[in-house]
Amino acid sequence: MDATPFIVLSAILFTIGAVGVLVRRNAIVVFMCIELMLNASNLALITFSRANGNLDGQIAAFFVMVVAAAEVVVGLAIIMTIFRTRRSASVDDASLLKY
Amino acid sequence: MIGFWILAPIMVLAAVSMLFVRKAVHSALLLAVVMISLAVLYAIQDAPFLFAVQIIVYTGAILMLFLFVLMLVGVDASDSIVETIKGQRVFAIAVGLVFGVVLTLGVAQVSVGTVTGLATANDGGNVPAIAKILFTKYVFAFETTSALLITAAIGAMVLAHRERFGPKKTQADLAAQRMRDYADSGKHLGPLPPPGVFARHNAVDTPALLPDGTAAPGSISRVLAARGTVKNAPELATDVARLTDDEEDDA
Repeated sequence: MDATPFIVLSAILFTIGAVGVLVRRNAIVVFMCIELMLNASNLALITFSRANGNLDGQIAAFFVMVVAAAEVVVGLAIIMTIFRTRRSASVDDASLLKY
Repeated sequence: MIGFWILAPIMVLAAVSMLFVRKAVHSALLLAVVMISLAVLYAIQDAPFLFAVQIIVYTGAILMLFLFVLMLVGVDASDSIVETIKGQRVFAIAVGLVFGVVLTLGVAQVSVGTVTGLATANDGGNVPAIAKILFTKYVFAFETTSALLITAAIGAMVLAHRERFGPKKTQADLAAQRMRDYADSGKHLGPLPPPGVFARHNAVDTPALLPDGTAAPGSISRVLAARGTVKNAPELATDVARLTDDEEDDA
């Protein structure tokens, strides 16, 4: 079972996630695209783990998942706080630092 | 490998349509498709432990949290089409395409070498093998994540906590406020009109009709109005007219 198709798929998913972060305006959807990018990198880690016959890649993917879980909890709490003060989840509305 | 070729197009399709669907809930469901397919790919690649963790942590906990916050924030919170930076969207898509092509081609050119496979590393089971290096080589990183998780939990509680400014409103205060509103702006004193006035379609998504046949504002929940799922009362009224015609014919 060749490793290259998995890596290419991971690259494609990462690109889609990156474009999503740039294009979408809803903070929650932007967040979901970040999760997609993390997942894509996890796929690459696990594929390299199999290609090298070494479990270190799987451990790295496991730590990525732990950090992602912590990040989602704090990030969604921030989004909720912003929504509570501005009644909007759009990333364009939170631009007070500009002025 | 067959599993990969079946799942890969589904994943790419779901991920791309995540960018195009208007409602955030649909994006979350498409992300669930991608994540479950990824879990299957992990299982294909001799990582049964991460397969379980992916299902439990990502599709179970994280996506549930996303949907929970979406419901709190309001399902109607859809994207604005207005661009704050002119041409940003087109530019982002162009740069993204270039990035994707370069990354994909570059990665496809690289030779990973012969795939060793995890048969020796997974000897005696994947979970014991992972546990062995997690609790020896990576034990410090593992303990550090516990600090990270506690910090995240406290951070979420601090951020989501709301200080109460001023005393809590009692029922007497609310009644007094109601009277004040009536005196100031003539706002109706009584409760809002109830929705759903037709026997054959008695539901909260049907507005109550005023004596002149127009829909009563305030008889429909704000959320339903924002989602745009309110039934058109005059449309139902034509049905009512047909029913009454039948009755007249019978008479």
